[in-house]
Amino acid sequence: MAAKHRGKRGFLERTTASFVDALEHAFYAEQTARAEGLMQRLDPRVKLVGILALIVPAAASRSFAVIAGLFAVAVVLAALSHVSFAVLLKRVWIAVLLFTGVIALPAPFVTPGSVVYHLPWTGWRVTAQGLASAGYLVLRVETAATLCVLLVLTTPWNHVLKALRVLRVPAVMVTILGMTYRYLFLVLQSAHDMFESRRSRMIGNLTGRERRRVAASSAGVLMSKTFDLSNDVYLAMQSRGYRGEVALLDDFRIGRLDWAMLAGFTLVSIAAFWWGL
Amino acid sequence: MSQTNPDGGAAVPVFEVAGVTYRYREVTALDHLDMTVNAGRRVALLGANGSGKSTLLRILNGLCFPDEGTVRFCGTLLSEESIQNDGFGLDFRRRVGLVFQNPDVQLFSPTVFDEVAFGPLQLRWPADQVRGKIAETLEMLEIAHLKDRSPHHLSMGEKKRVALASVLILDPEILLLDEPTAALDPKSASHMIDFLVRARGGAKTIITTTHDLDITEDIADECFVFHEGRIAAAGSPAEILGDAPLLKTTGLMHSHLHVHKTGDVHTHSHLHRHEH
Repeated sequence: MAAKHRGKRGFLERTTASFVDALEHAFYAEQTARAEGLMQRLDPRVKLVGILALIVPAAASRSFAVIAGLFAVAVVLAALSHVSFAVLLKRVWIAVLLFTGVIALPAPFVTPGSVVYHLPWTGWRVTAQGLASAGYLVLRVETAATLCVLLVLTTPWNHVLKALRVLRVPAVMVTILGMTYRYLFLVLQSAHDMFESRRSRMIGNLTGRERRRVAASSAGVLMSKTFDLSNDVYLAMQSRGYRGEVALLDDFRIGRLDWAMLAGFTLVSIAAFWWGL
Repeated sequence: MSQTNPDGGAAVPVFEVAGVTYRYREVTALDHLDMTVNAGRRVALLGANGSGKSTLLRILNGLCFPDEGTVRFCGTLLSEESIQNDGFGLDFRRRVGLVFQNPDVQLFSPTVFDEVAFGPLQLRWPADQVRGKIAETLEMLEIAHLKDRSPHHLSMGEKKRVALASVLILDPEILLLDEPTAALDPKSASHMIDFLVRARGGAKTIITTTHDLDITEDIADECFVFHEGRIAAAGSPAEILGDAPLLKTTGLMHSHLHVHKTGDVHTHSHLHRHEH
């Protein structure tokens, strides 16, 4: 979908191309979701509830060992579900480390406590409590993100949405989320095509002012198109009987493996609360 | 024009359009339009882009309402009040289906299965009946293999068939099709035309908008030619297609440069024909 480009591109064009790439990754995630693995065989509702049951103690636990144990459970589940560690490393572990690391970076220096190290030249003090605090934050986020990505990579997105119904999320909200996902592709493709079309008719680079003007007018055109699209979609829904309340078909079935895994998730969660709080 | 049903009985009007005018702000899309569509007929609404055909389909589907004039469905006035009435509204939605020109407008669900299930679920069909009917409809249109696919990843031809399936599952008596062969490759277009040809002599009333004159004789028993929001002519496909001045005036036929086998390049107009 997103063509590889050479030469200098504007901020908006690069952003749009990145969005399109990201959505293509979502498509590949759906392919992983259809693989034959442990998590893929589970009912989406069990997966959603089970993953939440692991994330909550990971966020609440005060024990490093317990959080590390939950992280290990996530890694084992990933292995049993044929989720590539290379994908997890690239998309989750490194990305979370960089993002959370920036937030956690000041903690070792500003948290009061027993000093374990002095930074050379600056003389800044690193405290044991600060290091623990930063370590907790990074490990918590790594564990929660791994579990979330595991859910997304082993479950088609429409099943995740339908499974939300078990948490009493209203049908209209589930429908809106589904439609947002569906039309994101279309609107982003439309934006991408607009920028491609402009580039094909352009020689040389625009000045900063011209770029801003083009970006603003393109945003206006896209908004207008989106508005027309939303109006037509509403009419298409009405045409097939939509009268303000959405009815969905929940066609999931819970089997023995689901009950066994649900019991496993619950036990791990209770144990994590028992030893972690 | 025939005034009898395909079975030879007396004509029963399903839509009666009287003096309908519809405006998009300062643009008049339909201008004091009168027409009647009888049950069991296959009707083609012919006209150039912007002639008001699609607007009329939306009015016939009770999605928008005329600024002036009236539309009656089986004798009942189509209005915002009647459509919002639970009894008439749900019955109307089950009996009249519209397939939009742009399938992306109509395919808003995450998968093909969910899309086809949407209509029956809104009409409160039992879940088992919905599942059975989905399987039957997907098989009929030869798209069962697309069941779990996202509409985003379908070709235009596949999208059009899914859009058609999402309406046909309700088994509507009246089918409104907005440019069903637009933007389709020849193979996908022929699938669509095959479906419309098979409907010949059936119980369904089919109203199709198109500016593709090649398919008119195959898909219609009678035609209405639209021009600037009015009906310029009405008649059988043979009568309409034989009236070259009418087709030129209404923008349905035009002259353009042709290259012939002899190498001659000249301007003239003609209808194209497909192979038998």
